[in-house]
Amino acid sequence: MSKQVRQLDRVVIRFAGDSGDGMQLTGDRFTSETAQLGNDISTLPNFPAEIRAPAGTLPGVSSFQVHFADYDILTPGDAPNVLVAMNPAALKANLADLPRGADIIVNTDEFTKRNLTKVGYQASPLDDGSLDGYTLHPVALTSMTVRALAEHDISKKDAERAKNMFALGLLSWMYSRPYESTIRFLERKFATRPALAAANIAAFKAGWNFGETTEDFAVRYEVKPAKMPPGTYRNITGNAALSLGIVAAGVRSGLPVFLGAYPITPASDILHELSKHKRFGVTTMQAEDEIAAIGAALGASYGGALGVTTTSGPGVALKGETISLAVALELPLVIVDVQRAGPSTGMPTKTEQADLNMALFGRHGEAPVAVIAPRSPADCFYAALEAARIALTHRTPVILLSDNYVANGSEPWLLPEIDSLPDLRVDFATTPNSEDGKTFLPYLRDPETLARPWAIPGTPGLEHRIGGLEKAGKTGDISYDPANHDFMVRTRAARIEAIKVPDVEVDDPDSDARVLVLGWGSTYGPIGAACRGLRQRGLSVAQAHLRHLAPLPANLGEVLARYQRVVIPEMNLGQLAHVIRARYLVDAISYNQVRGLPFTAHELETMLEEVVKNA
Amino acid sequence: MPEATEPTGGATATPVALKLTAKDFKSDQEVRWCPGCGDYAILAAVQSFLPELNIPRERIVFISGIGCSSRFPYYMNTYGLHSIHGRAPAIATGLAVSRPDLSIWVVTGDGDALSIGGNHLIHALRRNVNLKILLFNNRIYGLTKGQYSPTSELGKITKSTPLGSADSPFNPLSLALGAEATFVARTIDSDRRHLQSVLRAAAEHQGSAFVEIYQNCNIFNDGAFDALKEPETRDDYLIRLEHGQPIVFGSQGQFCVVRPPGGFGLAVRQTADVPAEEIVVHDATVEEPAYAFALSRLPGFALRNTPIGIFRNVTRPTYDRLVQEQVESARAKATGTPEEQLAELLHSGDTWTIL
Repeated sequence: MSKQVRQLDRVVIRFAGDSGDGMQLTGDRFTSETAQLGNDISTLPNFPAEIRAPAGTLPGVSSFQVHFADYDILTPGDAPNVLVAMNPAALKANLADLPRGADIIVNTDEFTKRNLTKVGYQASPLDDGSLDGYTLHPVALTSMTVRALAEHDISKKDAERAKNMFALGLLSWMYSRPYESTIRFLERKFATRPALAAANIAAFKAGWNFGETTEDFAVRYEVKPAKMPPGTYRNITGNAALSLGIVAAGVRSGLPVFLGAYPITPASDILHELSKHKRFGVTTMQAEDEIAAIGAALGASYGGALGVTTTSGPGVALKGETISLAVALELPLVIVDVQRAGPSTGMPTKTEQADLNMALFGRHGEAPVAVIAPRSPADCFYAALEAARIALTHRTPVILLSDNYVANGSEPWLLPEIDSLPDLRVDFATTPNSEDGKTFLPYLRDPETLARPWAIPGTPGLEHRIGGLEKAGKTGDISYDPANHDFMVRTRAARIEAIKVPDVEVDDPDSDARVLVLGWGSTYGPIGAACRGLRQRGLSVAQAHLRHLAPLPANLGEVLARYQRVVIPEMNLGQLAHVIRARYLVDAISYNQVRGLPFTAHELETMLEEVVKNA
Repeated sequence: MPEATEPTGGATATPVALKLTAKDFKSDQEVRWCPGCGDYAILAAVQSFLPELNIPRERIVFISGIGCSSRFPYYMNTYGLHSIHGRAPAIATGLAVSRPDLSIWVVTGDGDALSIGGNHLIHALRRNVNLKILLFNNRIYGLTKGQYSPTSELGKITKSTPLGSADSPFNPLSLALGAEATFVARTIDSDRRHLQSVLRAAAEHQGSAFVEIYQNCNIFNDGAFDALKEPETRDDYLIRLEHGQPIVFGSQGQFCVVRPPGGFGLAVRQTADVPAEEIVVHDATVEEPAYAFALSRLPGFALRNTPIGIFRNVTRPTYDRLVQEQVESARAKATGTPEEQLAELLHSGDTWTIL
């Protein structure tokens, strides 16, 4: 039977099921297949903190959304065109996000009376007409998978668990995805259990063949490759990109990398990833707590390594005293905060721009540090390199504010040439630096960067003592002198201000916008998509996005002054807006949302339209 | 960048005699402990002992936390880092793992190591990081002017406990042994010979060496260890542990240590009442930590039966060495320049090319 093939420019699919249904893996594989095809992609995993929440319940629903298109896209999409619901809970939890007319593929085997009751359905939504506005595809995913695997030498449970591969096969057929990489992946994943590999591959193929033969799916879709700059790409999550950025910083600086970390969601994947790269001279230590993790990293920096610690908000709170020590010691240190919803434990698997205040101000004493934030998953690679550059050049702690959205989301990454990456080589002090050349002055500064020399233990003749007590300028001796303390506090502030950061760029294609949208970090995609939407409708709006939060770009004040209104959307209650208002006396509009989810482009577009029309 | 050095396990003597003296280890900083403080004696003992290690000054690092004892690094003409309260073992661990060529000494106190920094101490010990940890125990908070510490005795009257402390103290050596320490010793500030003999053994040990030093705070807890120092009492109170020797002590050798039948531990008896073969012969190399633990439990009322010397000295792979070996073996297998390897890493996984 030959099926009709329809061309689409973009599709958003959401895979949803129980935490144990393998939805993250399914989404991941679909994304990889899609990447192979050359579509632009953006993904949004959304899962509970519980590893196995009670089966079939609403809190146990885990989902993975993938947006792919034949043009460059900025977000994982506001509303899915297709929902794959593996059980009633997954349907109920996600239905409200679907526009009318969307395709819903449900696993009918799970729509039992018991499962329906569990989530409060009185009658089956598959029968009661409540889904009439959608295109419903009831598929007996579990039983068809089990039947397809009848000849395989695996347990019934393992056969049932392969239903996610059946679903993946069906969707791969539906959207004409190349499947070779998934077959290879399954062979690798189950390399030690060939029976399982064969069964999962068979389930995948059964799903594919079902799509091809059943009349329920009359149309097959194609999304053509996007026009992207030439080069080699891979799909990458923010945490993976950040890890590779740290490895690259080690290579480009020629320094050993030392990561001290304590497991915490959503940062642990960086520890996992970096622990695989020992051949680059990367040492990883799973410390006894957050404080030890940063302490060990600082100890390694003192010894001449690039010290890094990775954590999330609660961990940064614990590390505060050590960050302050690093400010006093003036040693390089990179602190990665993969932000999550707070306060306290909050919502560990949900995103939030929670910690800008803490990064900028959350320490005792006047303890300024550099702060930067990546704007997208692939950008985490470059942000890590930039954090290392500042830390090594300026001998300062740098806080890198990633968040759960960019950390777990993914996008295609145009792989860079190694030679194009910044040169991060450093000079250790090797000889006395006093005017008479006889003594070593550990706090004698470079006139341009105001950084002090990095004299590592093992260097003859430069033996010296440093510590948390206030230091006399130049000699580094303990000092309680009032004028010296005033000088040192101001110098530490000046050191951060002396960091050269690129000017902020403004995207104002028509050059006539009266409204500027200013963002930082992971809101780049949704803000960009909203601005595009407005411009397509003939409205002018300018977008500027901050990578450097401390120090701020030198031209920022001048940029802000050019616009009638400045709008600052943040996934917090206005932490950047507070800084901008205080520093530039600009009456910025702070637009906030703290739902644990990224902004949708649609809601930003609606909000901005109001502002633009009234400006 | 730091030279890639052979993991030597720390304290590495150079082949050439350096002819250093105690004076070479004195920094130009004025020592600011209270006159009469026990820390002076420990500082002098350390400065005059270090030359015999024949390690160049630049390869020695002292790392401390917060408290009176933690000012120690400022007075040593080596590399030194005065860090924050309780965290010295963590900071030193990072340094030890990345720089196996250094001899790293942690100086801490009873509050620093056992209260705010208890977690780092026990984890450094269980990992067996190549650190020499000197815990100056004066059983009081000195720098904050006289509150009780985790080693102060129950009922101690201090500024913060006017009616007596309700906290039971830690026994630092029992704690260290419970944390799987491979080298555990105790010594006293005023006994320079003994102190230096213990430091010597600690320096030779591969892994974490935990040394408790009884130290007198003459301002806030004066005389805390007098019974172990005064000529009238010390010989009857102190048990001087000597590896391979029967544990007999007292001014006349009148006491000895035995394993009472039916019990778990050790006990003190009159030597005259015990057949010679029943007297315990000290062996610091016993793998089973229960023996050293039993020794650590001997002290009774008012410091009676206090063992000093090396309780335990066993060999176990060090954390820094194991970590370094993983890195070294991964590097040995790698081919190509770091840049080539990085390019290969970035291009690993599923990639696609757009022309």
